[in-house]
Amino acid sequence: MSTESHEVHHEGGEHESMSKGRIIKVALILSAITAVEFIIALLLVPHGYLDIKYANPVYIVLTLFKAFYIVAYFMHLKFEKLGLALSIIVPILFIIGLILVLTNESHHWIDLRR
Amino acid sequence: MSTATAVSEIDEVKSTSWSGGRSPFNVEYGKVMMWFFLLGDAFTFSSLLISYGSLRFSASVWPAADKVFQSVPGLVDSGAPLVFVGIMTFILILSSVTMVLAVEAGHRNSKKEVIGWMIATVIGGLMFLGCQALEWSHLHHEGFWWGSTPALEELGKFFNEGGTEAARHMTAQEFANLFFTITGFHGFHVFTGVLINIIITVNVLLGTYEKRGSYLMIEKVGLYWHFVDLVWVFVFTFFYLV
Repeated sequence: MSTESHEVHHEGGEHESMSKGRIIKVALILSAITAVEFIIALLLVPHGYLDIKYANPVYIVLTLFKAFYIVAYFMHLKFEKLGLALSIIVPILFIIGLILVLTNESHHWIDLRR
Repeated sequence: MSTATAVSEIDEVKSTSWSGGRSPFNVEYGKVMMWFFLLGDAFTFSSLLISYGSLRFSASVWPAADKVFQSVPGLVDSGAPLVFVGIMTFILILSSVTMVLAVEAGHRNSKKEVIGWMIATVIGGLMFLGCQALEWSHLHHEGFWWGSTPALEELGKFFNEGGTEAARHMTAQEFANLFFTITGFHGFHVFTGVLINIIITVNVLLGTYEKRGSYLMIEKVGLYWHFVDLVWVFVFTFFYLV
């Protein structure tokens, strides 16, 4: 979205909305990504075409794609003001921080458990 | 005299959004608050999922998802890995789609369509809850619950290979506790989401938002409902796929 269209819709409070066509398109993308995840989990990994070591990062990337489509389009964040989008997205850095800290820590727990 | 009028202009209370004369985010107050509530909720879910991740990383063995989740309740007891959770996932995605369609209908002030899509969303939510109840009761019958696992000699079928019996017992217990806590907390969100959706649907039926002139309330509950779907996307990946 250009900032220009935000200015135009200033008065109404609510802006650029999802058209039916776009809703269907995003729904199809989400379903397709889920279908790909199932193909990997049910066909590629059990039959040895893809090692689980490589499948896991693929799952996580696909999940992040789905999360992006849900937040950006279904939750409309892509069409909100940059300030609102940033105030929601920037705090997610704390979550990334906790992931880094605890995954690192868990490698030490393995030794403690032995 | 002139200074007095200048002061009174400064002192004048602005009654519009955020009392600053305009809303900086160009979004209604309730919607901003819903976003911030969801951000807090995202932290809660992240903490739970990250705890799960770190406990799993620190374990030498872990129950294999495609061996634990093998049944489609009412159809087959085993041999259908991940099929049932696939159905649940599609139900939740579809109910998210019907929710956006309700929001879209609300923008056009089409009361009839809003009601239709809201009812579809409620039905989707109830179907998901029903599926989750079946999934829970299946796992419970197999012996998994908070604080309990299947008998030691039966545990083998839930693991791929490796690991001592003691390690298997411990991680099976950790798996059960985390699974029921996290899907339970998510299920509780779905449950409250369905309740809120029902209340909003009744309000639409009563014409509350028609009188108000805007269906903005649909967008706010929509945000909550999509968040529930968003959390499921992560729960699904980390419990059933990885």
